[in-house]
Amino acid sequence: MAILLNKNSKIVVQGFTGKEGSFHSSQMIEYGTLVVAGVTPGKGGTTHMDIPVFNTVAEAKKATGADVSVIFVPPPFAADAILEAAAAGIGLIICITEGIPVVDMIRVKNFIRTTSSKLVGPNCPGVISPGESKVGIMPANIHKKGRIGIVSRSGTLTYEAVNQITGIGMGQSTAVGIGGDPIIGSDFVDILRIFKDDNETDAVVMIGEIGGTMEEDAAEYISKEFNKPVISFISGQTAPPGRRMGHAGAIISGGKGTAEEKMKTLREKGIHVVENPADIGEMVKKVLS
Amino acid sequence: MKIHEYQAKGLFRNYSIPVPEGFMAENAESAMEVVEKLGFPCVVKAQVHAGGRGKAGGVKLAKNKDEAKEHIGSILGMNLVSKQTGPEGQLVRKILIEQGLNIVNELYLAIIIDREKEMPVIIASTEGGMEIEEVAENTPDLIHKVHIHPVTGMSAFHARELSFRLGLNKIQQKNFTKLLFNLYKLFMEKDGSLVEINPLIITDTDEVIALDGKINFDDNGLYRNPDVAEMRDIHEEDPLEVEASKFDLNYIKLDGNIGCMVNGAGLAMATMDIIKFYGGEPANFLDVGGGTSEERVKEAFNILLSDTNVKAVFVNIFGGIVRTDLVANGIVNALKEVELKVPIVIRLVGTNEAEGRKIIENSGLNFIAETSLPEAAKKTVDILRSN
Repeated sequence: MAILLNKNSKIVVQGFTGKEGSFHSSQMIEYGTLVVAGVTPGKGGTTHMDIPVFNTVAEAKKATGADVSVIFVPPPFAADAILEAAAAGIGLIICITEGIPVVDMIRVKNFIRTTSSKLVGPNCPGVISPGESKVGIMPANIHKKGRIGIVSRSGTLTYEAVNQITGIGMGQSTAVGIGGDPIIGSDFVDILRIFKDDNETDAVVMIGEIGGTMEEDAAEYISKEFNKPVISFISGQTAPPGRRMGHAGAIISGGKGTAEEKMKTLREKGIHVVENPADIGEMVKKVLS
Repeated sequence: MKIHEYQAKGLFRNYSIPVPEGFMAENAESAMEVVEKLGFPCVVKAQVHAGGRGKAGGVKLAKNKDEAKEHIGSILGMNLVSKQTGPEGQLVRKILIEQGLNIVNELYLAIIIDREKEMPVIIASTEGGMEIEEVAENTPDLIHKVHIHPVTGMSAFHARELSFRLGLNKIQQKNFTKLLFNLYKLFMEKDGSLVEINPLIITDTDEVIALDGKINFDDNGLYRNPDVAEMRDIHEEDPLEVEASKFDLNYIKLDGNIGCMVNGAGLAMATMDIIKFYGGEPANFLDVGGGTSEERVKEAFNILLSDTNVKAVFVNIFGGIVRTDLVANGIVNALKEVELKVPIVIRLVGTNEAEGRKIIENSGLNFIAETSLPEAAKKTVDILRSN
């Protein structure tokens, strides 16, 4: 069953005909993802890679029944693209774009709350349910269908974790990159809530990083309601305070949001924390044996 | 991005936020001209991005011409050392000279983005002129906050609520409200991540004036605020970080001796962590990004190796969409041009990793190739130990 995506998910790609959109769409199609439509304003009525292109998301949805959108448009237009998808009633919006201003995202986020759409990202690698559907930029070949859920604020570090889990002979139910920005559509708790009810997920790997309090909130939720083991790594144990570590959201400010503090809170709430990022796979194995 | 106080006050003026009359000067001669224009008392303020200027001797009041001359001489060109500059300090290249005002009351005012509530929050306090972190710690009751819904924007009641809590009289309240609306407008229009006025003063004529000004900006918003982007002062940044930013590389210099080159911010942080885990010290954070082209790899090596503290390099690339054989070619070609004096451990995994490894092994260059993350990290740390 996995979460968020399965082989019947119908995908509309916003920014379909651009360089990024074209490349990653072709990778997604190759994986078997059901890409049903593309949106590029002004190119409606044409086709691209044999897939119909529409001027608006609403038109694309009406014509194809698309229920998931993935966004590859550049930062100045990305907030608008999310709003358009939400206004069209798309159920799941996955925004890959990195570099959207925070001021735009707080408006978007506060609007999304009032709709029934779910937003993943921005600044994320996307979502993959191995063997079912891949929506995003993650490399397909490292994934393997299995029963471990993954939720992460990072891109390549998620691949590292996926690789380790595949390496120990296990696989992933769904891997969700929630994004490295300070304001994101879905946080750890939002995704954990869905994993909780998924009978194809036995345990969840949660990859956090410095900045904010999302990991602490997740720890609180896990201790109270979550019914499966959680294995966690927090990156940025050696990050200096006050510096933005690549991700706009990865910053220790006013002494808050350190990795140490987060790991301590997670441990206190019964989460299996590894200090060495190379130990994620082994810890999963140990916890489930 | 950070800017200087005089630049922040320039923006305040554009948004009709009252500031003391004043001018920036870069040499003693023009500074004295400003002093003549303003009269006495006047204040001489060092312009550096770091806080804690007052305690470090970077802010001084002059009651006459002799004092002004003395303060200008002592502050301009000084190496200002405060808690925020670190022990190496920061050279003062610019000063701001302002008129002195009759202060009746000092307040604190700031706007930031509250990440948890996902909206801007205005923070105000009667305890202006102090370190706000200490006020929040010792007397949290004196910190007042109102959240602004970004879709509706600021409303008059937000300002009223704060005015009453700050104990302002009717005229002050009117002035404060006007200032607050303008400050919120500036924050949102210019993509602020922090606007702080400490102190915000009340004068003997009930005026409300920004005596200080600090603004940090969201880098992602700079593309639509070219006037702000122009205010960047590279003298306030690490020269290697400035160089890296020219090539869109995310580089942060640290104190250790193991240079790191990684793709992706999360993995880059995790790589620093694993080096530390095995007893090493990372020399930097460096994210070469997703599209790791040969050119970028070359620039990354140039920057990495120009840090003289670097005694070994750890390259950790997880090829996703980027093929590792292409990255391997990039590394080999880059290192034919960059002179290599330190050992390099390379971990290439992901798409086409076998081909990538072959390229590294057949390059004839002195690399240590390793696929396991812990082994690669351990080897890097061990090489330094044995040297």
